[in-house]
Amino acid sequence: MLRSSQPLTGPNRKRCREDEMLLGTVLDEEDRGFIIDTRSAQAAKQARMTGGGTEPKSSYPQWKRLHRPLERGRPLQESFVKLVEACNDTSLNMDRWLSRLESCRWLSHVKAALSTACLAAQCMDREEASVLVHGAEGMDTTLLVTALAQVILDPSCRTLVGFQGLLEREWIEAGHPFHLRCSRSAYSHARLKQEAPLFLLFLDCVWQLSRQFPFSLEFSERLLLTLFDNAYASAYGTFLCNNEKERCLCKVKENTHSLWAWLNQPGERKKYLNPLYSHNALVIWPSVEPQSIQLWQGLFFRWIRSSQYLDEAWAEIQQLVEGE
Amino acid sequence: VENVRLLDRLSSRKATLGTLYLTATHVIFVENGSETRKETWVLHSQISSIEKQATTATGCPLLIRCKNFQVIQLVIPQERDCHDIYISLIRLTRPVKYEELYCFSFNPKLDKEEREQGWKLVDLNEEYNRMGVPNNYWQISDVNRDYGVCDSYPTEVYVPKSATAHIIVGSSKFRSRRRFPALSYYCKDNNASICRSSQPLSGFSARCLEDEQMLQAIRKANPGSNFLYVVDTRPKLNAMANRAAGKGYENEDNYSNIKFQFIGIENIHVMRNSLQKMLEVCELKSPSMSDFLWGLENSGWLKHIKAIMDASIFIAKAVAEEGVSVLVHCSDGWDRTAQVCSVASLLLDPYYRTMKGFMVLIEKDWVSFGHKFNHRYGNLDGDPKEISPVIDQFIECVWQLMEQFPCAFEFNERFLIHIQHHIYSCQFGNFLCNSQKERRELKIQERTYSLWAHLWKNRADYLNPLYRPDHSQTQATLRPQMAPCNFLYKFWSGMYNRFEKGLHPRQSVTDYLMAVKEETQQLEEELEVLRERLANLQKSQLNDNKVETKQQDRSKQFGLSASNNSLANTPQEYSNDLKSFPSRSPSQGDEEDSALILTQDNLKSSDPDLSANSDQESGVEDLSCRSPSGGGCLPSEDSGKDSDEAVFVAV
Repeated sequence: MLRSSQPLTGPNRKRCREDEMLLGTVLDEEDRGFIIDTRSAQAAKQARMTGGGTEPKSSYPQWKRLHRPLERGRPLQESFVKLVEACNDTSLNMDRWLSRLESCRWLSHVKAALSTACLAAQCMDREEASVLVHGAEGMDTTLLVTALAQVILDPSCRTLVGFQGLLEREWIEAGHPFHLRCSRSAYSHARLKQEAPLFLLFLDCVWQLSRQFPFSLEFSERLLLTLFDNAYASAYGTFLCNNEKERCLCKVKENTHSLWAWLNQPGERKKYLNPLYSHNALVIWPSVEPQSIQLWQGLFFRWIRSSQYLDEAWAEIQQLVEGE
Repeated sequence: VENVRLLDRLSSRKATLGTLYLTATHVIFVENGSETRKETWVLHSQISSIEKQATTATGCPLLIRCKNFQVIQLVIPQERDCHDIYISLIRLTRPVKYEELYCFSFNPKLDKEEREQGWKLVDLNEEYNRMGVPNNYWQISDVNRDYGVCDSYPTEVYVPKSATAHIIVGSSKFRSRRRFPALSYYCKDNNASICRSSQPLSGFSARCLEDEQMLQAIRKANPGSNFLYVVDTRPKLNAMANRAAGKGYENEDNYSNIKFQFIGIENIHVMRNSLQKMLEVCELKSPSMSDFLWGLENSGWLKHIKAIMDASIFIAKAVAEEGVSVLVHCSDGWDRTAQVCSVASLLLDPYYRTMKGFMVLIEKDWVSFGHKFNHRYGNLDGDPKEISPVIDQFIECVWQLMEQFPCAFEFNERFLIHIQHHIYSCQFGNFLCNSQKERRELKIQERTYSLWAHLWKNRADYLNPLYRPDHSQTQATLRPQMAPCNFLYKFWSGMYNRFEKGLHPRQSVTDYLMAVKEETQQLEEELEVLRERLANLQKSQLNDNKVETKQQDRSKQFGLSASNNSLANTPQEYSNDLKSFPSRSPSQGDEEDSALILTQDNLKSSDPDLSANSDQESGVEDLSCRSPSGGGCLPSEDSGKDSDEAVFVAV
């Protein structure tokens, strides 16, 4: 699986030998690959006007392009803001709740993200084909898809340490602009242009997987909530800045502590483990039917709903599995 | 009929070929193929509708919809056969006599005594005694011993001490269907009670001294409060409309010291339509999130569930927190009243959250108090306007509570699903007819078997591993969160999409935890034995080692461990618009040239047999079947039990 940003085809359909060669080296002579473009076909085409574009079939004959539009940017942030508003609206009656939930579109985004990641996984696992994922910039929906696909495909990404590695690789080092994206969150009135909850969407999708495969992830919901918190505000330097270059310039590694170092301490780490975990060597294929996708109550109702009874249930599970 | 195809709802390409059989009691589809002769058995009683669809090139489609929400799509090769099957099924699924029902021929091979014992498992007298009645305030009355006062009530009812036979009879004449106020639940801690009745025949201005005295008697039976709540579970408009027909509701001016309250729950027709709309949403092919959420909201289903819950919470609060008695009624006092009284009791009393207690609850508030099972669930062919998912809603309320309070119930989701299944299946005699009177006339207990005994026998399947009798959640009154709480009501895909395996987690946490619990218990017992031996022996070295290795091997002993291949699942159709790919190498070998099939059609259909839907009983032709348990038990749908089934080979 590869990721990149969009090719700069432009309105004049420029070609680039090196780029074509690079993609050519990935595939054997008789192989084929898939390009999953996270923009709609129309948006991708329009991108040509501003210097971007798509890979033309003639120049990349072994690659088949599939478009799976995923929401990003402003509209995604709006979706998030609206959802949080809806969750906090105590005046909402039951007969309006679902349509209000629907109008936020958040769950549709979850469904789309999971479906696309599954598609990428299917290409690799079932079709045994290579996959190239990109959107426009290659730092938002691209990373969402590649990271999620790996959780689906690779059991080692489902361990606590493997998941951390995945985050480091596919989000942090890959250059997801955390500083810009995870800035004010949902309550702020300042609607920053660059803010968008892609990382939260990723965490939500992982939570959906944990619900559908309760034995297959080594970590618990608590880890996901902690990651969400730390992406926005943290005592640690892990999610600082927008890319490795900035982190270098700011000397983040010299001046801050790593979140992973803290999480992995023996006393701390056990809080984030899933007591039901049992290594599952297989690919986990989630159902993306609407009935299977639920609102992440643990996050969106975290401060509204009493978690007492569910916490007790988890304590009970822990006790059962680990013994008195 | 041979060469019939059974289609899969989610993946229209997946069809299995087999033979269709019609017996006196079941429709049976047996898959062809040597490895798995998977069978799908459907009781005629379960069938709610049959739809013959337009003949296509592939054959004649027949759609069977069941009351337990299973939808079976068959394609019959010959039109003539399809028509015959259709006509036969129409007749078979509309019995006119009770004797046609399965429970009269079902034979679990128990002797007469065992059958009797089965019926005795739930004893309502014992239950009322457990509650604390009869006592100084409440007495048992036999005024209805020959069903002379109210033919839909039981022969024995509990009434306030000060309610004489005269008052009871007088009050019954002033109540719709003669259903006078009677005790449903008594709280011995504070003497508050929940009583139930039907609507008063008050019209615009009629009064009845005895009825007013009856309510006074109920109030006085609770010395801790100087007033009584009267809760009418209908929407105000409906109740008011009833006045024009000479019925209506209690006027606070006429009844001393009552506080009257409407808590609107819609009527059976609204509920029937609501369920219908929700099932239509479930039948959508590849719905978007929008389609689903809009459809679900449009159906209003969760809104109704919440309304029932809200009413029950109000009543439970009145009893537990205010110590005030409540009289509940709707129109006839056998639908919404039953729902609300039983849910309120469940909230109040932890006993009803045990397996036995739950059976008792249903016997008390649904069976004995004359809920019209026959009319509502169509045992016999009847008026379609009487059909309504009343008890289904009650069962769903319980499930919603189980989701909010995971440690509070002794039983699990499967228990609820199987109860719902058997309410419609007519395999057992508990839920036949419309009243105790009718059941006694038909001698149900002598001619059929009790579901409760059957469930009790298999209770290990129905336990909730998180339940502990001494847990804080199981002790007290359950207090569901009030506003905001809309989000707490979830769509119950385990019930309404029960037979769609692809939708559900392949691994059952419940089953796994139960296995862990059992294993732990066994190990602890072994440990005890070994400890004793240790104490008796001089040398202890060898035994130490044995004990330790046993503990380490625990995880390997579980046949349910997640790394078992049989738990592999398959991708659903994530994309359905892929076109052919030109430079495909010959080694790909797809059968269909046109589409790039990104589904698992090409793979062997060797999914674990999760939907072994067969009720295998003796007395029916014994077809070879892989169902793990025989003798009439509905096999569980969860994957845990079937870990020894055909293994799906992952890439």
